[in-house]
Amino acid sequence: MSSKENREAYWKANLRLMGVLLAIWFFVSYVCGILFVDELNTIQFAGFKLGFWVAQQGSMYVFLALIFIYARKMNALDKKFGLEE
Amino acid sequence: MDLKTLTILFVGASFALYIGIAIWAKAKSTSDFYVAGGGVHPIANGMATAADWMSAASFISLAGIISFIGYDSSVYLMGWTGGYVLLALLLAPYLRKFGKFTVPEFIGDRYYSKTARIVAVVCLIIISFTYVAGQMRGVGIVFSRFLEVEIITGLLIGMGVVFFYAVLGGMKGITYTQVAQYCVLIFAYMVPAVFIAIQTTGNPIPQLAFGSEVSGQGIYLLEKLDQTVMALGFTAFTEGSKSTIDMFFITLALMVGTAGLPHVIVRFFTVPKVSDARKSAGWALLFITVLYTTAPALGSMARLNLINTMQPGEIGSVDGNLKYAERPTWFKTWEKTGLLAFDDKNNDGRIQYYNEKNMAYKTTADSYGWKGNELKVDRDIMVLANPEIANLPNWVIALIAAGGIAAALSTAAGLLLVISSSISHDLVKGIMVPNITEKKELIIGRVAAAIAIMIAGYLGANPPGFVAQVVALAFGLAASSLFPVILLGIFYKKTNKTAAIAGMLSGILFTMTYIIYFKFMHLELNNAEHWLFGVSPEGIGSIGMLINFVVAIIISNVTKAPPQEIQDLVESIRVPKSI
Repeated sequence: MSSKENREAYWKANLRLMGVLLAIWFFVSYVCGILFVDELNTIQFAGFKLGFWVAQQGSMYVFLALIFIYARKMNALDKKFGLEE
Repeated sequence: MDLKTLTILFVGASFALYIGIAIWAKAKSTSDFYVAGGGVHPIANGMATAADWMSAASFISLAGIISFIGYDSSVYLMGWTGGYVLLALLLAPYLRKFGKFTVPEFIGDRYYSKTARIVAVVCLIIISFTYVAGQMRGVGIVFSRFLEVEIITGLLIGMGVVFFYAVLGGMKGITYTQVAQYCVLIFAYMVPAVFIAIQTTGNPIPQLAFGSEVSGQGIYLLEKLDQTVMALGFTAFTEGSKSTIDMFFITLALMVGTAGLPHVIVRFFTVPKVSDARKSAGWALLFITVLYTTAPALGSMARLNLINTMQPGEIGSVDGNLKYAERPTWFKTWEKTGLLAFDDKNNDGRIQYYNEKNMAYKTTADSYGWKGNELKVDRDIMVLANPEIANLPNWVIALIAAGGIAAALSTAAGLLLVISSSISHDLVKGIMVPNITEKKELIIGRVAAAIAIMIAGYLGANPPGFVAQVVALAFGLAASSLFPVILLGIFYKKTNKTAAIAGMLSGILFTMTYIIYFKFMHLELNNAEHWLFGVSPEGIGSIGMLINFVVAIIISNVTKAPPQEIQDLVESIRVPKSI
């Protein structure tokens, strides 16, 4: 089942997944960590101002989660479309 | 045992380990030499990537930078980790599927052009050499401080060790030594961090101590630090002084640059499968994040420690500052290196450490009888001297030396390998002598590695004044040259050779010109008023990247589409299964 249509559908699904994950990537680092950091800093959480924490800690945890989610979901897609190695 | 003996013991033991691994992992084929035979376990590759990635700068300087610039340092923290998301989603799996040995080789094949391959080699060499010179310098500094030998002797020892495992083992030797080096460096980083976290807050996990209360004071660490630094005229630790637009573009340049650095990309050529390449990027980031989330905690506690040492009493009171005659031993040790210096401007025999550049603070300082900041602190000291400042045992200090050297050597080796493989595989085999035997190619690869080590050593011993600055700029160069054409090569089938060559050249030339103009020719104009859209030379790679994209996309649309077999190649790298 490695017809052209099948591969195209796989590629579209991949792009969709990528789009969602990259939107989160952008939102966390650029929107929360930089553009609206002052607004978020008015929220206190444990000993941190939230914006500062996102920029210096939280964003990295999110990046990590994004990659592992992508790796997992892509394994599932590979299987679903019968395109695994 | 005294510190020197301990240090020699630790560093010596780590070297013996690296050399042992090199003998065990000797490269027997070009595939071993370039991509470790393509059989590295994804977790091992993650560790190797982390060591490859974290240089002397990450190990020695990062926490120091954070401790002095606070929130502004988020550009490095997010920039140098967020790039892995781009790498894992946009590049690594496809380049792994392509399944060849080097980054220029991908560009040459995808754009069916030897010229494109040569341009990529030139970009790669510019990027990698600026980067490697800084690493060799780091090796020299660590040796000279901890083993009390001349910088040049330290350099030669470091070169000798890298020579041994890079020339003999190629990528295979480098991979497994990097795994060992990661273990050494992360252990060396975490031990003092945990000790200091316990001392400062009672919580042993630095990431949590960062948000905890200072022991016995009932006030949060960051709140206390903000108050303390502001009372001395500095910007609050949790606030920034960089403009939002500059923060944005520097972070972008660092993220994209990270994803475009050839020595990081090739690490993903070494895993067995496409799915391993995705997973491995996650492991790499996990191992990196351990250090990168610890660094801000360490930096903040070190800053507080430093100020508390210099300013044990109330700010502004006559006897609030430390007497120079009563300075601790570590102060004396580090004065000798020049990384710490005292200048008694108001002749009171006490050390005043404050922000003399803050004009609003001047009246306050005057009223205390302070005549200027008297303490010069190099940021590197925050990690190197931290164990001594916090009174940790000698073996912890010796550990830091071994860790710093591991960080510098692992990155240097990775860089030297991509330089030598771009010469032996891309220039010699790919362009000059296509029918060379594998045996001869392997010899040329080894010779090229040896020569590259010598050049790097020379640059480390005689650093051109601008090396330190240029290392940070290597990211901008990678972001503006290699990243866009690799990305388009995978995601935009229409991109043709003219587009790729024009894109790379316009991106890197624009970025280099901007950097050279502000960093070397007109240093006096290097401020927000003169920058294009308020973007500093550190962030300009982002604009260079956009130019590269725009140029390549426009040209692809007005010129002939690439031949059918290239379009088929793109189709095939998009799916893990071979078709």
